Amino acid sequence: MAAKGSARPVMPRVALYLAAITVAFCSAAPFLWSVITAFKQNRDLYNPDNNPFLFNRPPTPDHIAYLFEKTAFGTYLWNTLWVGVLVVLITLVLGLPAAYALARLDRPWAGWFGIVIFLVYLVPPSLLFLSLSRIVVALGLQDSTWSLVVIYPTITIPVSIWLLIGFLKAVPRDIEEQAMVDGYSRLGAFWRAVVPLTFPGIVAVVVFAFTLTASEFIYALAFVSPSSEKVLSTGVPTELVRGDVFFWQSLQAATIIVALPLAFVFNLFLDRFIAGFTQGAVKG
Amino acid sequence: MKAKIADRDGALAWIFLMPSVVYILALVAVPFILAVGLAVSDVTAGDPSFNFVGGKNFEAAFSDPVFWRSLGNTFLFTSVSMVLIVILGKVVANILIADFKGKWFVRFLVLLPWTTPVTLGAISWLWLLDSIYSPIDWVLRQLGFLAPQGNGSNMYWLGEPGLAMLSVIAVHVWRLTPLAAVIMMAGLVAIPKDMDEAARIDGAGWWRRMFEVTIPMTLPVIAVAALFGAIFTFTDMAVVDVLTNGGPNNATQVLTSWAFFRGIDGGDIGQGAAVALFLFPLLMAAAIAILRAVRKLEVH
Repeated sequence: MAAKGSARPVMPRVALYLAAITVAFCSAAPFLWSVITAFKQNRDLYNPDNNPFLFNRPPTPDHIAYLFEKTAFGTYLWNTLWVGVLVVLITLVLGLPAAYALARLDRPWAGWFGIVIFLVYLVPPSLLFLSLSRIVVALGLQDSTWSLVVIYPTITIPVSIWLLIGFLKAVPRDIEEQAMVDGYSRLGAFWRAVVPLTFPGIVAVVVFAFTLTASEFIYALAFVSPSSEKVLSTGVPTELVRGDVFFWQSLQAATIIVALPLAFVFNLFLDRFIAGFTQGAVKG
Repeated sequence: MKAKIADRDGALAWIFLMPSVVYILALVAVPFILAVGLAVSDVTAGDPSFNFVGGKNFEAAFSDPVFWRSLGNTFLFTSVSMVLIVILGKVVANILIADFKGKWFVRFLVLLPWTTPVTLGAISWLWLLDSIYSPIDWVLRQLGFLAPQGNGSNMYWLGEPGLAMLSVIAVHVWRLTPLAAVIMMAGLVAIPKDMDEAARIDGAGWWRRMFEVTIPMTLPVIAVAALFGAIFTFTDMAVVDVLTNGGPNNATQVLTSWAFFRGIDGGDIGQGAAVALFLFPLLMAAAIAILRAVRKLEVH
């Protein structure tokens, strides 16, 4: 790693490990609590005198079975997945050429154009959801998951362009020029030489864009109300709560089932993501 | 010949950019203008016909004390969260960039709050802060800070106005600190190795290098992290919606949730748009201020 050894001689190892454990614990504590809860029997859970951190009765997988068999959780999971995949595809198809144009085609306005696009990312859903819901109605997409496929790229395209600019700038120009000398057109060089070299960065952007779509809440809440069309972020909190009755174990199981794979995949590409962020931030 | 290639590149640049630009214009710029239109109209869910009413929606919004309460809460949540997110993000970034065993696992756990969809993370907290079964309350009872049973045996984290605000801020900080940390790690990685090395050879200790090399060098990135933290807190309503639904008694109502409540739930789209639009100049001012600060720092 880049900072290898920089902290080691001064900051004692023990302090470093203590700090790392504390930080990890603070981040994960609510999820640990979710894991314990998900496997608890009702009679164990709803007794305020029981030690909540222990299993006072044997753990049970019933509530996880309930989640998949008796609720629409599977549908939400599936909806989030296919919406995410389509949004990521749209984002790449539109964003990658745009990023290339800004990173490589030497337009004098590329710099400020990049900043304007980044500013678009800062226009929040909270400002647009009311008028976008009128547009969604006009497109005939109200109460359909497809409305999210159309709208989410407005969030993912700007930030992806910004990250992709960073990755594309890191590709040496010689490689492209060599490909063009070898007889490829500019387009061919982009597709055959630049894209394969940027591939790890593209994957990092895919993961980031997918995480953003899976997390989005306001649009999903405003555009889609039928249960079968909902995604995870709106379906789980609205449908697993019946009036005042919370299906706590199933709710916590749902959280864990979604949280672990997302963090796992993101962690695989964390270093790439960091690299892209640096390149994008240092406009050179 | 050379000029010709440049021309072709120019055309290609536009062809490559056009789809994204059109998409963004159609679904960001147009709705934004439409939002301005809605804010000065009397459109409701029941009566979608457009009639110009001028500043009436704003007057109605401003005369409602809940609006001012929401505005105050939005500022409070954003400013407190932002400060904590930047400080904690910096600390976490410095830890995660060091070398130690099990780093992969620690990073995985630290990423969890941010990569988990925000409503699901908030559900975890909702149960953690439950009015009866909160494990925090259980620990406090065991330690004797709360009565063993009956009156005073629970904190009601989300039921007391002050505690509810504290809880909402805690969840925002918990959720956004990993993102800030990741952004700041990007800054730390970019510091030229020899600068740190030179300072070390000059005999500068860890703290001195931190405050005289690392922090000044990474200030632009810290500012970007602050901007992200501020905007995500400022415009969020998921945490509030899941944890408190704006309650108790609007104590945690924020502008976004209030706009949603008026515009979608209440059906008064004009007034909802007016409340939402009120966010915009504030956001722009914050974004421009921070980006300017970044630029200034980069020049020096």
